[in-house]
Amino acid sequence: MIAYIVRRILYVVPILILVNLLTFWLFFAVNTPDDMARLQLGVRRVTQEAVDKWKAEHGYDKPMLYNGAAQGFGRVTDTIFYEKSVRLFVFDFGNADDGRSIRNAILTRMWPSLAVQLPVFLVGLAVYISFALLMAFFRATYVDFWGVILCVAMMSISTLFYIIGGQYVFSKVWNLVPISGYSPGLDAFKFLALPVAIGTFAGIGSGARWYRTIFLEEMGKDYVRTARAKGLSEATVMFRHVLHNGMIPILTGAVVVIPTLFMGALIMESFFGIPGLGSYTIDAIQAQDFSIVRSMVFLGSVLYILGLLLTDISYTLVDPRVRLE
Amino acid sequence: MRGALHTAILLACGLAGCGRVWNDPYPAEDRGKNILYSFFIERPRHFDPAQSYTSDEFDVIQQIYEPPFQYHYLKRPYQLIPATATEVPHPKYYDERGRELPADADAGRIAYSEYDIPIRPGILYQPHPAFAKDEKGEPAYLSLPEGEIRTKYKLSDFPKTGTRELVADDYVYEIKRLAHPQLVSPIYSHMTDYIVGLKEVGDRLKRDNDTLVAEQQKRYGASDPGRPWIDLRSYELSGVKAVDRYTYRVRIKGKYPQFVYWLAMPFFAPVPWEADRFYSQRGMNDGRNLTLDSYPVGTGAYMISQYDPNFRMTLDANPNFHGETYPAEGAPGDAAAGLLADAGKRMPFTDRIVFTREKESIPLWNKFLQGYYDNAGIASDNFDQAVRAGVGGEAVVTPEMAERGISLVTAVEPTTFYLAFNFKDAVVGGGKGDEHARARARKLRQAVSIAIDWEEFISIFANGRGVPGMGPLPPGIFGYREEAGGYNPVVYDWIGGRSVRKPIQAARKLLVEAGYPDGRDARTGQPLVLYLDTTARGAEDAAQLAWYRRQFAKIDVQLEIRSTDWNRFQEKIRLGNTQMFFLGWHADYPDPENFMFLLYGPNATQDGENKARYENPEFDRLYVQMKNMDSGPRRQAIIDQMVKIAREDAPWAWGLHPKVYSLRNVWVRPGKPNVITRNTLKYIRINPELRDRKREEWNRPVVWPLGMILAVLLLASAPAYLSYRRRERMAAKPAGAPA
Repeated sequence: MIAYIVRRILYVVPILILVNLLTFWLFFAVNTPDDMARLQLGVRRVTQEAVDKWKAEHGYDKPMLYNGAAQGFGRVTDTIFYEKSVRLFVFDFGNADDGRSIRNAILTRMWPSLAVQLPVFLVGLAVYISFALLMAFFRATYVDFWGVILCVAMMSISTLFYIIGGQYVFSKVWNLVPISGYSPGLDAFKFLALPVAIGTFAGIGSGARWYRTIFLEEMGKDYVRTARAKGLSEATVMFRHVLHNGMIPILTGAVVVIPTLFMGALIMESFFGIPGLGSYTIDAIQAQDFSIVRSMVFLGSVLYILGLLLTDISYTLVDPRVRLE
Repeated sequence: MRGALHTAILLACGLAGCGRVWNDPYPAEDRGKNILYSFFIERPRHFDPAQSYTSDEFDVIQQIYEPPFQYHYLKRPYQLIPATATEVPHPKYYDERGRELPADADAGRIAYSEYDIPIRPGILYQPHPAFAKDEKGEPAYLSLPEGEIRTKYKLSDFPKTGTRELVADDYVYEIKRLAHPQLVSPIYSHMTDYIVGLKEVGDRLKRDNDTLVAEQQKRYGASDPGRPWIDLRSYELSGVKAVDRYTYRVRIKGKYPQFVYWLAMPFFAPVPWEADRFYSQRGMNDGRNLTLDSYPVGTGAYMISQYDPNFRMTLDANPNFHGETYPAEGAPGDAAAGLLADAGKRMPFTDRIVFTREKESIPLWNKFLQGYYDNAGIASDNFDQAVRAGVGGEAVVTPEMAERGISLVTAVEPTTFYLAFNFKDAVVGGGKGDEHARARARKLRQAVSIAIDWEEFISIFANGRGVPGMGPLPPGIFGYREEAGGYNPVVYDWIGGRSVRKPIQAARKLLVEAGYPDGRDARTGQPLVLYLDTTARGAEDAAQLAWYRRQFAKIDVQLEIRSTDWNRFQEKIRLGNTQMFFLGWHADYPDPENFMFLLYGPNATQDGENKARYENPEFDRLYVQMKNMDSGPRRQAIIDQMVKIAREDAPWAWGLHPKVYSLRNVWVRPGKPNVITRNTLKYIRINPELRDRKREEWNRPVVWPLGMILAVLLLASAPAYLSYRRRERMAAKPAGAPA
């Protein structure tokens, strides 16, 4: 397994280079360094001299991918792409275009993101599995029928509706929690209760339906019939056998997102005023801050690949038939 | 179950320190304190006074930095008064040979203007580690080893603080910083045209900086993020120097009366060399953001104590503030409005200002209504809930707001939002055509100006928050004329004591004269299609774009809208590849020059602000004359001529001047809106006890729905549970069934 993990880690390098190249190409297909400079400098009294100064100060005064004027390796290394990308591989994110440290921002902002996303993930998993088991248990009854209808209805409603509706009802009408804001420590509870509840609630429709399908598929298999034939109670069949064997597809979807929980939720953070990485990324895209965008894309890619690796490893833990070689 | 629920809620709230109000977003220990709660929407980029140039940033740094001058809080028209200076200076004029000229000398003879700016002795900086001294009386933190800096993450990690007296050299230091190669000051290029020697010192600094950076990269590697410190004290700036400890002199090329207004902006606030040195030490900005761009150092009423631009920024009252008092006189009517109640009292009136980031308008509005923000603007979505038309048509708060004691303050912003016609374009500008072609284009522009009904636009899209433009100058700026003397006769008629937009027939007539009867080119018979470049393209802009098309359709002209992103839009304007486009300008200072220069011919360059590329030699001649004059009847007469020319030429469809509507809660003492400067938070007084009472009254928690939700869940799951029990007890095969 160790050899497998090492091999997978080595695969990461070319993938990340390609991701970086793609991000670079996509970003600069719509923004030139001049555009970035003008956006940072504002629209008033901006001269070409100021633009050139900004570009030189931020390292955007070089050729993009190939420097014909340089010698030897300098043709590749003395370029914007190389200088902005190579340090990422040692997680040196540098400074944003406004001069502030990206590393500092990531280290500061990942905790609020995690404070929302982790409870949403854990509580959500428990709620979706419970609801899915309930529907599967009562398959082909009114519980299952109305449960599925409810799930489809909940899936059809935008998350924004849950957020605005939740804020209105719980914060404005019932005055139970603050509408928005954040605070570290124990004070965080009152700020996180509503976003976590809404995040969980908004995912019930899709989550429960997906898990219900998994459980129903499992329940049609021979080992379930055997278990029932042995005289086991339905609860034992469901919780001990179906749930256990349904874990592989559940893990596929769940473990892969664990590392990316750090990256935050875009809309949720915006509406609840949570200073996480989701809103950081959105701000950077709006501000055309390439330094932040490439860092966040890079970090997202690394975490996603890490998630896939963890998923593979977790298979071996829940299914003895799986061997990583 | 009910008891368990209550216990859980009480525990949760006990943990969170909720008290009697559960939805309070602020710490419980701050209740009852004299704190002003405000908000910010955009993440500020720069707090460095040499770089900061947006109103969001000015909201914060103008409370901290003190340029030599400020605007009087109450008097209108806006009047410059000393801040740290002892007086607003009158410049001395010199000719080319250095001979002093009289104050009324012709501007053409003036080679240099000199401003001697005396500052008050005894003003101290806020407490800051940059001023701290060790036991030997040496600076404690100005030569720290890199290893020690790496153990510091915020300013409070430096236990010692100190202060020192503000001196003239600090102002000189900041003016040199405008030319600093490691900073990109937005006004550097503009100021090199005026401040003697600024360009030269900038070039020298750049050369020296390149050498220092090369040495540093040689030592630490090419990707080293550190920036070498340049001690600006050792650079001589020929046009700016300290005459003595408390006076500095600025030498300007030619005559530039508007220069004193720049001296009221943060670009010209003092920066102590110690702060520059402190933050320039290796490692300070390495993942810590310990920079002047994040933690300003000033002499103002407040100082920054918490800096988190993603979430919250806190300003505390500066204990070393020099004790400015509330003005004792104001404009007529101010005393009756209670605006002089605090006359002579020491400011600031609040101990702390908390700015919380609110990116979305819905939470912002609701928190204002809950009493968690002291002031708020009004988003379009909430307009009808907040404001209605009064008996005389004026804007007043709705009964719902009035019941809460919320009051409304309005002011016309010194901003103009206009539709520009590109003069390089053959159809709307005349391009390189002859006089006849230019006349045709002028009539076409006039026709379009009549057709676009800005009154309707303001009513539909701005909820009435705007004033139709009558020329380049907005209300409140010297030269703007009200009523009959101020209406634009090209677009309006004066009927019954008010301006009325000319009938659409007048626009059609002009269109015929322009050679486009019924919206077709009289020579070719082709329909006239005009092109509007805009960044509006989303679904939310559809109504506005449709409205623009309808305005042009009124005169049978087809409008083609070319939507594009902001970058391409800017580029098109810069290169002149547009026909028509919308743009706006907000005043830097309250002087007509700051608007008229937008139409000055020599500014019609790629980087110039004359985006319409308008050129009229007579207008330009008058502009040069006007810009060098003191405000008075003679200047007014010249402005009248310029406005007349501009109205006739119609380089812009004059658009509108937005009106800002601001609401304040009942515990905020009446204040006066100031749309020119942002250093006004020191004048604001609040009543924290009343705020606490109102918050409790407005935010009583309603708990019973939680119990109800739980009961509904239990009731809904009961049939399922019963069904489960029944199935578990059921035999595999019903009794009596065949085997």
